[in-house]
Amino acid sequence: MNNKIKKIPSGVIPAPDGIPPQAIKAIPVRHYGRWISAVVVLALLVGLVYAFSQGNVRWATVPDKLFDASILTGLRNTVYISVASMALGLVLGVLFAVMRLSKNPVTSTIAWLYIWFFRGTPVYVQLLIWFNLALIFPILDIGFYRDEMTDVMTPFLAALLGLGLNEGAYMAEIVRSGIQSVDEGQTEASHALGMTQAKTMRRVVLPQSMRVIIPPTGNEFINMLKTSSLVVAVQYQDLLRSAQDIAATSFAVMEMLFVASIWYLALTSVFSVGQYYLERRYARGSLRALPPTPLQRLRANLNLFRRSEVAR
Amino acid sequence: MNTHPMVKAQGVHKSFGAAHILKGIDLEVAPREVFCLIGPSGSGKSTFLRCINHLEQINAGRLYVDGELVGYRQKGDKLYELKAGEVALKRRDIGMVFQRFNLFPHMTAIENVMEAPVQVKGEAKAVARARAERLLDRVGLAGKAKNYPSQLSGGQQQRVAIARALAMEPKLMLFDEPTSALDPELVGDVLDVMRGLAEDGMTMIVVTHEMGFAREVGDALVFMDDGVVVESGHPRDVLTNPQHDRTKSFLSKVL
Repeated sequence: MNNKIKKIPSGVIPAPDGIPPQAIKAIPVRHYGRWISAVVVLALLVGLVYAFSQGNVRWATVPDKLFDASILTGLRNTVYISVASMALGLVLGVLFAVMRLSKNPVTSTIAWLYIWFFRGTPVYVQLLIWFNLALIFPILDIGFYRDEMTDVMTPFLAALLGLGLNEGAYMAEIVRSGIQSVDEGQTEASHALGMTQAKTMRRVVLPQSMRVIIPPTGNEFINMLKTSSLVVAVQYQDLLRSAQDIAATSFAVMEMLFVASIWYLALTSVFSVGQYYLERRYARGSLRALPPTPLQRLRANLNLFRRSEVAR
Repeated sequence: MNTHPMVKAQGVHKSFGAAHILKGIDLEVAPREVFCLIGPSGSGKSTFLRCINHLEQINAGRLYVDGELVGYRQKGDKLYELKAGEVALKRRDIGMVFQRFNLFPHMTAIENVMEAPVQVKGEAKAVARARAERLLDRVGLAGKAKNYPSQLSGGQQQRVAIARALAMEPKLMLFDEPTSALDPELVGDVLDVMRGLAEDGMTMIVVTHEMGFAREVGDALVFMDDGVVVESGHPRDVLTNPQHDRTKSFLSKVL
């Protein structure tokens, strides 16, 4: 009995009599492997940079043409077609996702077929099909509207339909998974309050599914910015085509591809930041505290710095 | 003065595929009554509750709320299924509180309470907000109006859920094991709110394992097992002097 009481509760280490606890000073393990791998990787990088510096590249052309008027026009067109196609893809994605989940077997089968076709064929082929539509339908006639197909199917429209309809199929799957990720109890609670199916979808299910939908949608958009370079195939004047046009006359082929790459990188970087803020907005309610914005983090770090100075 | 019961069930059957959950339920719930449903899990009490506001469709029998058939319209001897919109219209008058709260996580507490009056009844936001503030105050959460559900404890969430259901000014409240997902120390707050509702004369059907609450607040109690009503009566009588062996053995385990 006495023994039990004297027993030290687990987790509590008693200080040996008279000796105050001391911080441990030990020789740390040396991670030689880390040093070696760092050196190897750096050596490879230096080699790569050296190779490019020795290559037959007229580097001066790159900054020279970076802000060329036709490059900037191409850049604007790339953003324009990407945003427009993504918007079309989003609308179609929500529509087909809802159709796919509907209890009506006809609509869900149609949605399945759409997704099957547009996901199952290369976007490049789809672009060419839209572009060449005039070969099989020389005249567009939809009752109230009638025109030559070549006049209707401009490079812009061909690009928009090609990219947008393809994106719609991918977005449909993303939206569907988002909708299905929302707990069934949410729909029940909403129905129990007397909300209709449509209201439930709009007010309760879709806002919550956003948290699941937004990250892959951001990826899709960044992919779209790059995939849009395929619209060269339908004569659309995008960033890549503008760069190639200059390359064709100046023979600075690689240099102009570098220019295009710099702009693509700039675009994707900017939109990645936008995605961060969008995700943060839709995390409301699911996280107890929102993650800080980069600005807030910077300010917090500065404060931390200041406080430690005061302490000193 | 309406004399018909608030809820009337006649031979209600419900099956999910091959699983026969409700095997002929007959009962009546009077207006202003607190009606408790007890029984082991899987006995069909939650399913029965969900049939009352047509979250589940019954397979046989008749179920009436406030004298009107649930989910159907009767013309002559033919039954017509109600349209989704008509079902939604009837659900406005029936509040429901879930075991897992099911608050809308993307809305604050007060937005949760305002949502249905604004979206379903088309009420002005100011009116809905004033009522929501009153209701949150009533459930003791006036200070938590701007909090999201994830920032509230389980007991607080459940009280917001009760306020949300009350915002539609229902004539009947359904409680589906409202305290089963709560820490024991939080159960009391929720039961206090329910007790207050009962005192105000709300008709309540409560699926519960809180025998203390049933005995103290309940006006009627039904013990269900395996899809049938085994025993019913006043909670005091059933809980202290059960007649049926099955009731006795259940109560001996939970009391």
